[in-house]
Amino acid sequence: MEAELKDMTDDLESLKRSLPDSSLHASVDKLKLHVENLAKMVKSATVQRSKVKDMSAEVVDSNPYSRLMALQRMGIVENYERIREFSVAIVGIGGVGSVAAEMLTRCGIGRLLLYDYDKVELANMNRLFFRPEQVGMTKTDAAVQTLSDINPDVVLESFTLNITTVQGFETFMASLKNKSFCPSKEGSGVDLVLSCVDNYEARMAVNQACNELTQTWMESGVSEDAVSGHIQLLIPGETACFACAPPLVVASGVDERTLKREGVCAASLPTTMGVVAGLLVQNTLKYLLKFGQVSPYLGYNSLKDYFPTMAMKPNPQCSNAACLERQKEYLVAKPARDAAAKAKREAEASLAPEGPLHDDNEWNISVVDDSDLGRIDATSAGALPEGLTHELPSADEFEKSPAPVPADTSVDDLEALQKQLEALNAD
Amino acid sequence: MEGWDPNTKSTLTQIPLLSTKAGPRDGAAWTQRLKEEYKALIAYTQMNKSNDNDWFRISAANPEGTRWTGKCWYVHNLLKYEFDLQFDIPVTYPATAPELELPQLDGKTQKMYRGGKICLTVHFKPLWAKNCPRFGIAHALCLGLAPWLAAEIPILVDSGMIKHKDDASSSNES
Ligand SMILES: [Zn+2]
Repeated sequence: MEAELKDMTDDLESLKRSLPDSSLHASVDKLKLHVENLAKMVKSATVQRSKVKDMSAEVVDSNPYSRLMALQRMGIVENYERIREFSVAIVGIGGVGSVAAEMLTRCGIGRLLLYDYDKVELANMNRLFFRPEQVGMTKTDAAVQTLSDINPDVVLESFTLNITTVQGFETFMASLKNKSFCPSKEGSGVDLVLSCVDNYEARMAVNQACNELTQTWMESGVSEDAVSGHIQLLIPGETACFACAPPLVVASGVDERTLKREGVCAASLPTTMGVVAGLLVQNTLKYLLKFGQVSPYLGYNSLKDYFPTMAMKPNPQCSNAACLERQKEYLVAKPARDAAAKAKREAEASLAPEGPLHDDNEWNISVVDDSDLGRIDATSAGALPEGLTHELPSADEFEKSPAPVPADTSVDDLEALQKQLEALNAD
Repeated sequence: MEGWDPNTKSTLTQIPLLSTKAGPRDGAAWTQRLKEEYKALIAYTQMNKSNDNDWFRISAANPEGTRWTGKCWYVHNLLKYEFDLQFDIPVTYPATAPELELPQLDGKTQKMYRGGKICLTVHFKPLWAKNCPRFGIAHALCLGLAPWLAAEIPILVDSGMIKHKDDASSSNES
């Protein structure tokens, strides 16, 4: 088709030259312009590749998955193609979330659910992913536009909403529960939720939803001074939830008191955000495709290139009721979990070749339940690794509450109280 | 309470504290919480009026009491500047504070997140977290919005980013 259009342009050019009447030249030029535009449209339309049915490991220029399937050939990943069965929800399509979405899209993830209520602005252009011509579009629409061009195999669902509002939260919960993509899947309709939001309120909303749905999720964040960040794996009942302890931050080493906050809310760097998105998606791939070690918490201090890690046990006094329920369930399921682990070890042992046991136990694998080793209590600030601090204090104990609530029993009817406030508002 | 001016501190201590830890998804407990919210707001409004420091109007915009709208104002150089005020009660309330919005000032100041949400000081969230569930809407206005208006409105007026409504209309007429 491109060749045909090129011939047509050439023919028009020779027609123009052979025309005795130059007054017709303008009309021929106009026709030529149309043909050239058509040629451009044809070219851009053919750029988008068609969907592929199966991931092939064949190493040819036209195979978008050959380098990923090579992970399987090399023995890093046992079954890479399983990635097409997975659904990942990304909450917050900003500097971290949009890049994480692009990485997962290029990896050929099965389905992405995208949540954001914001629009693309010129002020976002210091970050990756969004382009200036997308300014004014919702971040979800702009992301779908770019991601579907990059990889049409990925099923994209987008939700333009604020998950902290009552209505937004209900839609969020319902979308996570929807199992139409993979009806045979146990639990919710998604394999993992990635929190890429930039505020405490939204993180607490993700935490609430995931605790209620027993949904494993990963949290990510970049500090307001743009020089540190972190990722964290949260498994309801098994690890500390986001409300179990005040949020952890990676100390940048910059004294908070010397930080000049006048006139600014937050700074951002594409580098820090890109690093955090990379760490988050790497942990996601390891979790989904079962290779390597999934980090429970990984911090990033860019000023010192320091990466603290740790693991946190849930807080038995967590203020979140759903977290306490999940903790109870996790304890109840312990015998079954131990039995399954034992059976797995025995199966692996029977598969191992006859002969002496490995005496070079390189990874220090022990047969005792060491799941609690090295895990710190969510509430013990003293046990935090160097370079990590709590961002907020814990709520004061109820009992210690110094000021009693006034026992104003004169009015205790909601409507009457509303009227009383309205009367005050009226004058 | 490090980092707060004495005025804010003394006002805060006079606002009744709340006791029910319930959010908008908690049914009857939320109704109980709403009653406490109203009591605190009524007491705070009365206190402001009697101190000749009346500075906001706020009321629930839906029957569930999850969305609130109203106005707030600030007097600078004897002129009164008034703004729409709105916010939603988050699903994780009262563990997280409502995010107060002044939509008319969206994009006019750096001290604001998208959608006109005011950027609170580093002192607000720690104090709120420490006092959960005893702080409510009235406390958020006293600790969050009042100091924000006092800090930002003079800057916005002096830099010409906002104009007094009389100023604006007279310049339109001329
Ligand atoms: Zn918890």
